[in-house]
Amino acid sequence: MASTAAPSAVPATLPHGLSREQLHELYYFMCLTRSLEARLVNLYRQTKVIGGLFRSLGQEADSVGSAYALDRTLGDFLSPLIRNLGSMLVQGATPVEILRQYMAKADSPTRGRELNIHYGDLDRGFLGQISHLGDMVPVMAGVTLSFKMRKQARVGLVYVGDGAMSTGTFHEGINFAAVQRLPLVIICENNGYSYSTPTHKQSAVKQLVDKAPAYGIPGIRADGNDVLEVYGVTKPAVERARAGGGCTLIELVTYRRKGHAEHDNQSYVPKDELAAWAKKDPIDRYRGRLQETGWATEGELAAIDARIHDELDRAVALTENEPLPVADSALDGVLADPPRAPLEWYRRLDG
Amino acid sequence: MAEVTYLEALRQGLWEEMERDERVFILGEDVGAYGGAFKVTDGFLGRFGEERVIDTPISEAAIVGAAAGAAHMGLRPVAEMQFIDFISCAYDMLTNYVATARYRAGLPTPMVVRGPGGGYVRGGPFHSQNPEAAFLHTPGLKIVCPATARDAKGLIKSAIRDDDPVLYFEHKYLYRRIKEDLPEGEEILTPIGKARLAHEGTDLTIVTWSAMVFKALEAAEKLAQEDGLSVEVLDLRTLLPMDDEAIMASIRKTNRVLVAHEDTRTGGVAGEIIARINDQAFEWLDAPVKRVAAHDVPLPYAPTLEDFVLPQTDDLVRAARWLAAY
Repeated sequence: MASTAAPSAVPATLPHGLSREQLHELYYFMCLTRSLEARLVNLYRQTKVIGGLFRSLGQEADSVGSAYALDRTLGDFLSPLIRNLGSMLVQGATPVEILRQYMAKADSPTRGRELNIHYGDLDRGFLGQISHLGDMVPVMAGVTLSFKMRKQARVGLVYVGDGAMSTGTFHEGINFAAVQRLPLVIICENNGYSYSTPTHKQSAVKQLVDKAPAYGIPGIRADGNDVLEVYGVTKPAVERARAGGGCTLIELVTYRRKGHAEHDNQSYVPKDELAAWAKKDPIDRYRGRLQETGWATEGELAAIDARIHDELDRAVALTENEPLPVADSALDGVLADPPRAPLEWYRRLDG
Repeated sequence: MAEVTYLEALRQGLWEEMERDERVFILGEDVGAYGGAFKVTDGFLGRFGEERVIDTPISEAAIVGAAAGAAHMGLRPVAEMQFIDFISCAYDMLTNYVATARYRAGLPTPMVVRGPGGGYVRGGPFHSQNPEAAFLHTPGLKIVCPATARDAKGLIKSAIRDDDPVLYFEHKYLYRRIKEDLPEGEEILTPIGKARLAHEGTDLTIVTWSAMVFKALEAAEKLAQEDGLSVEVLDLRTLLPMDDEAIMASIRKTNRVLVAHEDTRTGGVAGEIIARINDQAFEWLDAPVKRVAAHDVPLPYAPTLEDFVLPQTDDLVRAARWLAAY
C-alpha cells in the first residue's frame, strides 16, 4: 500500500529503546483490542455472546503499554482485570480464545465454566481473575513470592482499578508484597468510574498514587492514554523489581468511555466529559505520533489494520458456530481427586 | 516407640514434610522467631530459614491468597491461622478464589490452611470456634479434623501431599492433653476421606470427630459399665470428602445413631450427616437419628456458661440412653 502521509525528512529518535517493529507492535495490539471488542459487540447484538460484554474503549494504551514492559522471554507474569484485554493479548492470549470465552464454547480455555476474559495460562504467564476485586493482589504476591524464593529473575504485574483499591484484599496484598519486597508492579488503572461511582467517592486522596507512601513503596502517576508514556514508566518499575528493588504503584489516568458493561447506558456520565475524553483517544493520538515522527508510514499502519481485520474475520468464522460444552462435563474437575462430582440421584431416575 | 503429644505429632509431620520436599513452606502470623502462638513451628526458622518460614502481617486474606499464588507456581504452602476463628477473614479468598481455581481456570492449588480451633478452653467467642460448617458447603475444598496424635501427624502429611486445597482443623484442647506412642522412623500417612473406628460396639453408633471423639469414648465406657450398652464410636477424621460408607456400615450393624459435634446445632455438619443417613440407610434405622451439638449461642467465656453451652460427656450418655430405649 502506498504511503500517503508526508513524514518528516528525518525520523525522530526512537523512544525508550524501542525498535520500529516494537512501536508498530504496540499499535497492532491497541488496534487488535479495539477491533476485537467491536466484533464482540456485533456478536453480543446477535445474542451469540452469552453473558455481559466489558469494553476497554479508550483504555487500550494503558493495558498494552504496561504489559509490553514485561519480558516474556524471562517468564514475567501478569494478572489482568476486566478492562485489560489488551494486556492479555500482549501476553499471548488469542482472539480465538477470547471469542470462545465470550460465546461459552466447549473449546474455550475454561470449557464454558467462566465468562469473558476470566481465564489464564500458567505457561504464557497470565492468571484467570475472579470478580471479587482486589483478590488478585494477594494471589500475585504469592506468585512473585515463588519467584523470590526460587531466586528467579521474574517479575509480576497486577492490575487494579480505582474501585478495587478500596478493598481490604488490595490493602492486605500490597502491604504484604511491600514488606516482603516482592518483584511486583501494581498498576492502578484509574478510569474515573467503578460501575457508576466516580473516583472521588471511592477515596478521599487527591490522587490514588498518594497511597504508595503509606506502603513504603514508590508511586508514579502517568497519562494512561499515551502508550509510550505508559511503557516509559512501567519499564523502569519492572526492571527495578527484577533487580530486587521491590514493588511500585503506578497510577495510569485514563477514562472509561463505555458503561460498566454493554447494558449500561452511562446516564450518570456528563456528556461533555465523554466528548472531552473522545478527543484524547489513545489510538488516534498514537497513530498521529507515529506518522509525525516518521516511526511508521501510512502504508505500514494500513497494513497492520488490514492484518487485524483479516485475523478477526478468520477468528470469528472459526468460532461462532462451534458447539457449547456437553452438559455433564459440568461435573468434571472440581478436585484433582476425586476427578468428578457425583450425579444427583434424581437424574438417575427413570422417566 | 516414643510418647508424643498431639501438638508434637503435628509438629513432626510438618517438619518431616519440610525436610522431604523443599517446595513446602510455612507462612503465618508469628510463626518464625516466636515459633507460633502455640509453638507448633518452634525451631522451624532456625532449621529452614526465613524464606521457608515466613512471618506475615496480620492479613489472613493475604496469607491465604499468597499461598494460592505460590501453589499455582508449584510450591506447597502451609498457611497458619493463629486461631482458626480468624479464617473467616479469609472466607472470600478461600471460597471464591481457592476453591474454584481448578474448576474455573484449571489452576493447581495444592495448599494447606491449618490452625487451632475448638472450645473447652475458656477462650470466649473468638478463640474457640469450629468453622467446619462454614466451608463444608463449598465444592473444591477438603476438610480434615484429626482427633489423635497419630492422625495429627498422618493427616498433616497427607494434606501437604494432596493436590487439592485442604483445610486442616486441629483442636487446641487436645494439643498437650493427648499423648500417644508413635513409632520412630515410620512414615505415617493417614488417608484423606477415610473414617476411623475408634471403638467397636453393637448397640448404637456415635458419629463424631476431633475432641468430641474422646467425650464419646468416655460416654461409651460409662454406658458399658452402667447400662451394659455396647457403643460404637466412629471418628470421621475427614469431613470433606465424607466417608459415607463407614457411617452406613456402622449403622447396618447398630441400627441406632447419634451424631455429635462441638459446633452449634443449626446449620451444623450433623445436619448434613443425618441427611446422608436418611438417603442411604433409612431402612436400617430402628430409631430416629439424633444429634448432640452446642447450644445455638456464641461461645461464652465464664466456665459455668461455657460448660453449659458445649456438649459434655454426660450429655452424650443421656442422649445415648434415650436412643437405646427408643
